[in-house]
Amino acid sequence: MTRTILDPTGERSLAERQPVERPTSLDGLTVGLLNISKPRGDVFLDRIEQRLTGVGADVKRYSKPTFAKPAPVDLRHKIATECQVVIEALAD
Amino acid sequence: MSTLPDGIVIVVKEECATCQTVVPVLQQLAEATNLTVYSQDNPDFPTSPSAQHDGDLSISWHHDIETVPTVIRVVDGVEVDRTVGWMRTEWERVTGIEDLGPELPPMRPGCGSMSVDPDLVDELRVRFGATTLSSRRVDIADAEDDMEMMFNRGWTDGLPVVPPTEERVMRMLTGTTRAPSDIVATVPPDLVDITVEKVAISAVMAGCLPEYLPWVLTTVEAACTDEFNMHGLLATTMPVAPVIICSGPGTRAIGMNSGGNALGQGNRANSTIGRALQLVIRNFGGGRPGEVDRATHGAPSKLSFCFAENDVDSPYGTLAGQLGMEPGLDAITLFAGEGPRCVVDQLSRQPDSLARSLAANLQVLHHPKLVMAFDAVLVMGPEHARVFANAGWTREQIISGINAHLNRPGSELIRGAGEIAEGLPQEFADIPAVPKFRDGGLMLAYAGGGAGLFSEIIGGWVNGDVGSKPVARVVTY
Repeated sequence: MTRTILDPTGERSLAERQPVERPTSLDGLTVGLLNISKPRGDVFLDRIEQRLTGVGADVKRYSKPTFAKPAPVDLRHKIATECQVVIEALAD
Repeated sequence: MSTLPDGIVIVVKEECATCQTVVPVLQQLAEATNLTVYSQDNPDFPTSPSAQHDGDLSISWHHDIETVPTVIRVVDGVEVDRTVGWMRTEWERVTGIEDLGPELPPMRPGCGSMSVDPDLVDELRVRFGATTLSSRRVDIADAEDDMEMMFNRGWTDGLPVVPPTEERVMRMLTGTTRAPSDIVATVPPDLVDITVEKVAISAVMAGCLPEYLPWVLTTVEAACTDEFNMHGLLATTMPVAPVIICSGPGTRAIGMNSGGNALGQGNRANSTIGRALQLVIRNFGGGRPGEVDRATHGAPSKLSFCFAENDVDSPYGTLAGQLGMEPGLDAITLFAGEGPRCVVDQLSRQPDSLARSLAANLQVLHHPKLVMAFDAVLVMGPEHARVFANAGWTREQIISGINAHLNRPGSELIRGAGEIAEGLPQEFADIPAVPKFRDGGLMLAYAGGGAGLFSEIIGGWVNGDVGSKPVARVVTY
């Protein structure tokens, strides 16, 4: 006999999201560097900034108020509107 | 829902002796007034006057018949009066007809209605009420094992779960007065609004009884606040989980354990309330190990960590009280914590000795040289708490007495001190006394029982605005 149960999940129907096409060059693009505020993330990002600037990218720096919470929606919006590419420094 | 016919409506069943006794009265009423009789069991009972058969019990269910016989007076399709069982004066009052059943005794109690028969009620609730549930229905194939299907879908925490059938979810929902469609909280990490119905589904899966549901609902609400920061707690590499500490008379009403082995296994309410929260986070919120859950080691307490305080015997009130809840109310406190660890001190009989002992154990939490960043809950049982109670120490005195032995010179805590790289930044070097805990960071609870000069320490996660704050809530029913 068929038994029926109720779905315990959030039943999210995700809107299809297309990934942005990968740029062939960073020359002239704005790259956001997001520091999640773990110790020494800035050391890593300083070096990345040097490398990126060297290939012609503009770099903007951002940081989360705390690594322990998701980035505030305003910050995510700011990065999305100011940058074409973003790199997040996760490690400490 | 069907409307009752105007006049007098009487619901009976043949199995009920009182219903058989009143058959002559039914005949009397049939002659004197506009009478409709519904029989729950035998469609041919009574033979005269004849009855309509409430075979699917829809009349009985929708008109809340709990006892047979039930006499209802209906005017313009609306019930205006009712009585149950047989009592001549009541029947005469409701029907407006005198001298009913003169040969009958003045009263006889009725019997239980079939619509509230425990063997039938779950099925009836689904038959007449399931359409109010909006969750997607998932069919289990004939050849599929229910338990294995739940594992295969990724819906378990590694242990078997109870399949959330409509019958079980409807029964669970009887534990609250809230509507199934009420929004309870926005659940991380997927940030989806969860309804009472979806919480009830997880409560069924966890093994809860309906009377636990208000505690689960309140727990889900508390966990999904910005202060508690369930997202961060889930995502962290540390081995932490929501610790649910319950207090109030309701803990006893639902049979929670606050005594011997309170923090352990074997009590259904303790084990399943915490598990229900974790299943909400996992299945509804989408928070699974290896995905958003990045714990390095994890902890067994991530299955469920929930216990009651023995607030009846506690010499220093409840943890919820320390966090501002009124005494005597049913309350939960959510604390972002590790598994418990034991402090053994079987010799201290003076409060200062025990305070020093507890402080020495608290100093090493997370790391002896890391301070102020983590809170802790100290759970004392009767034998340690008595040492303080006998000396007349209050909750505040116990906390300040312990904290007094938790100040260490910054020079001992800085990076490199003691030939240990871990520690505080150099600028703390000249501070003469650095406390282990921030103000309010050390909390007290009272649980455990039987013999044992022990206490349990539950270490916290990153505290305050950057991490998690303890959240206390009064349970809403």
